[in-house]
Amino acid sequence: MRTIAIIGNGISGVTAARNIRKKSSDRIVIISVETPHFFSRTALMYIYMGHMKYEHTKPYEDHFWKKNNLELIHDRVETVDFDNKKLLLKNTPELKYDSLVLATGSSPNKFGWPGQDLPGVQGLYSFQDLEKLEENTHGPLVAESKRTVETAVIVGGGLIGVELAEMLLTRHVKVIFLVREDRFWGNVLPKEEGELVARHMVEHHVDLRLNTEMDRIEADENGRACAVITKEGERIPCQLVGLTAGVSPNIKFLKESQLDTQRGIMVNEFLETNIPDVYAIGDCAQFHQAPAGRRPIEQVWYTGRMMGETVARTLTGNRTQYQPGHWFNSAKFFDIEYQTYGVVPARMNDHMADFYWEDPTGKKCIKIVFNKDTHEFIGINTFGIRMRHERFDAWLNQNSTVEHVIEHLKDANFDPEFYASQEEAIVQKFNSELGTSITPKRKSWKRIFGKIAL
Amino acid sequence: MKQLRALGLLLFLAAISIFSVSLFLPSFSLDEAKYKEALLTGNEQSDARYMAFSEGVLSATEGKCFSNAFAFSAAVREAFETKNNELKAAEKWDEVVWDKPHEFAASLALTASKGPINDHTGWFLFLTFGMGIIGGTIYVLANRAMQGTDGIKNDHIFHHAATNRGWIGWLVFAWLVAFYIVLYFFPDYVVGWSMITDPVSYFLKGSAGGRWFLYGLLYCSVMTVMAIRMFVKYRGNKYQILRTSSVLFFQICFAFLIPEIMVRFGYPGVDMKEIWPLDYDFFFDWNLSAKLRAGSLGIFLLVWGLILIVVGVPVMVYFFGKRWYCSWVCGCGGLAETLGDPYRQLSDKSVKAWKIERYLIHAVLVFAVFMTGLTLYTFFSGESEVFSMNTYDIQDTYKFMIGSVFAGVIGTGFYPAMGNRVWCRFGCPLAAYLGLVQRFKSRFRITTNGGQCISCGNCSTYCEMGIDVRWYAQRGQNIVRSSCVGCGICSAVCPRGVLKLENGPEEGRINDNPILIGHEGIQLSQDVTSNKA
Repeated sequence: MRTIAIIGNGISGVTAARNIRKKSSDRIVIISVETPHFFSRTALMYIYMGHMKYEHTKPYEDHFWKKNNLELIHDRVETVDFDNKKLLLKNTPELKYDSLVLATGSSPNKFGWPGQDLPGVQGLYSFQDLEKLEENTHGPLVAESKRTVETAVIVGGGLIGVELAEMLLTRHVKVIFLVREDRFWGNVLPKEEGELVARHMVEHHVDLRLNTEMDRIEADENGRACAVITKEGERIPCQLVGLTAGVSPNIKFLKESQLDTQRGIMVNEFLETNIPDVYAIGDCAQFHQAPAGRRPIEQVWYTGRMMGETVARTLTGNRTQYQPGHWFNSAKFFDIEYQTYGVVPARMNDHMADFYWEDPTGKKCIKIVFNKDTHEFIGINTFGIRMRHERFDAWLNQNSTVEHVIEHLKDANFDPEFYASQEEAIVQKFNSELGTSITPKRKSWKRIFGKIAL
Repeated sequence: MKQLRALGLLLFLAAISIFSVSLFLPSFSLDEAKYKEALLTGNEQSDARYMAFSEGVLSATEGKCFSNAFAFSAAVREAFETKNNELKAAEKWDEVVWDKPHEFAASLALTASKGPINDHTGWFLFLTFGMGIIGGTIYVLANRAMQGTDGIKNDHIFHHAATNRGWIGWLVFAWLVAFYIVLYFFPDYVVGWSMITDPVSYFLKGSAGGRWFLYGLLYCSVMTVMAIRMFVKYRGNKYQILRTSSVLFFQICFAFLIPEIMVRFGYPGVDMKEIWPLDYDFFFDWNLSAKLRAGSLGIFLLVWGLILIVVGVPVMVYFFGKRWYCSWVCGCGGLAETLGDPYRQLSDKSVKAWKIERYLIHAVLVFAVFMTGLTLYTFFSGESEVFSMNTYDIQDTYKFMIGSVFAGVIGTGFYPAMGNRVWCRFGCPLAAYLGLVQRFKSRFRITTNGGQCISCGNCSTYCEMGIDVRWYAQRGQNIVRSSCVGCGICSAVCPRGVLKLENGPEEGRINDNPILIGHEGIQLSQDVTSNKA
């Protein structure tokens, strides 16, 4: 019986463990210093806002681990002794392993800003970050006179930033949001969508400052952060600074070893590192050669899960290449849900054309990207309208044309029952812009659930 | 706006306080004239029987003024039981009055009462129901104005003492449990309340209403205010708006107005949306007899009830799932979805709770069917004993244990402790019946949207039936569960658009080996390890 050690109990590590267990009776040990049990990192914000308690964010009940014979160690790995295949832990006896899976996740980026390590400055990634945020802000539902944080400055316009803004607003903190680019999430969202989200944030009383970069953070006489100074020299007094300019692989404790690392742990397409029997998955893995059309490091829930599934196959005797399917992702910006299927770049490539529709309220929109010449469907962004993943996956697999997608858009709608339909308006705009005369087909269960080729 | 909201809350709390206190306001004095007014109906036989009790009861009460219902009731009950015991000892079975002591006392209490409520009934109606409705509505609407944009705001639900089993929650729990105990088992103590609603009762049906009219009016009032709260909270979600409108409509019209008006015209007052076995006395002999006596309307009601049981349930559940009843029509469901909505997150999601649920709810179903079988046997054969089991004793046991304690005291009283569907989840025999159809022969399911789930847990947390929705969603599996009442909140609170309630083709509805799409390398997500086995 082998011992498979997994460092990290996030979605990647836990998915790997579960999938190995399905196929083998090896000893599986999951080590994490963060929390005793797996919880959903994406739900941290809901704990802070009082939508859920920590308990609710655990996808598996506590008895699950014992039942499936998955050993859990709640401790910090100080060093990995790759030569002797053992882990040196802080409070637990050393652990010998036969195979090692590194799934150590990320930590928030810090770009060397003066004052970035002051008390009152923090990122938001781990459970400890959430605890720190509770310390750094006043409690929920406290009287106005007991509020300790009047203003917070958030630096970096991405998903975590907007989540942090939403969280702080529930504690009546005034949020000033500094974004370096000319639009929100500018490296991912095209202009219209970035503006839609920006408008919505402003509607929620976020003080959004585009094209603004932080220069440094000032401390007060107690050594706590008390103001942010921008590159333009503006001084913004605040009691909390949120650093949300992306995350980096959490591999500090591995840097001095013979493990090949750059920003992340270098892996090949089989998620193998330069050391035999050592694998890296999830946020901390960096591909020598990224899969076609993908980035070398992808810090997304879904890719972490897929890498976990892949490495589990390899470890149970079926060496498998990491082959993610068509890109998909989702998020929620305050009240507006976002989903994406296929590729929608922030700036269109030469061979791409795009179609954009927005409803009169300015809170729903879709952007469809297609090949300028062949009209092959490439990707879609949808805000405020839910769409079926399975439909778009099928259309992408079948190289459907944009006209086909538009015509069958009702099949893809995933909004709750009785919601107003947007398809007529979308098709009308599409027809007028592209000179087509498509009439939207009625939703068909046969096409949606059937095995009919489309 | 904040002040306005505080004012609304204040008015509401004042109304609740006046309502609670009004239980203690009436004083009681009884004389022969009042005794006769209360108990004599013109039926010679029963009038004679009651008159035999007058001496004892009057000697215990006449000339005295009781300052509260408890003392009055105690005196009346003692005299009543003494006389009854004498008659029983003498084996004069024909002269025994079989009323329950508290019911006997209740019949007298109403005519014997006097005090501020009798003198100013209109004022009390306004200060309790009127002010409560106004205050509650102001509170809810002011909240709306403070919330800003559309979208569900579940902020601070687990921070607040009212919704997280804090002191407010336990206070509400205690009040509700006490309310149901008094209402169900001590009708003589609640005359102060039923007097308040009498003006409405006279207006609707031309006679005094009693505690069940009080309860009906209270039920409708509470549901109305809390439905407005639902409209506010889920304002962007059309499914929620329609569903809430529907339960409110069925409660006010079918459960309340139509039966009361039927009574006015001399027909049996029947809630036509009630279905056996939730409506457990549908086949009781007095019920069948009343319908058979009521001519063609009675026959219609009987046939209608049978059609609902035999055809309505399976056909409707096949096409729409049990939600058509549980969260669109049912009165218990209606209260749970309005008054109970703030407590939905308190349901237990553990596998253990699911196990208990399955044993308990099906046991109640079996009990209901068994009791009804005996009842029908007795009805047709005239024998009240089967294998030395007395049908009426078993009916009484069911009525007490299931109909009152489980459905009422626990079913609603436990909202702030165990969530808003305790009865529907663990006890309702109709829900069990609907659920069996839903599980095995229905088009309804909650579809999981491919690989989009992030396991955040909002769906499971806000499932009032305690279904671990996330368990299915994160493995890409459709949710097909007998207990799902289709409230649609899991879908509403999902931040990633992963869940959709829909009625689709039966084929492929249940997918035990789901595929998490989006991963070329692994076609099947071979989720063999199971949390649920």
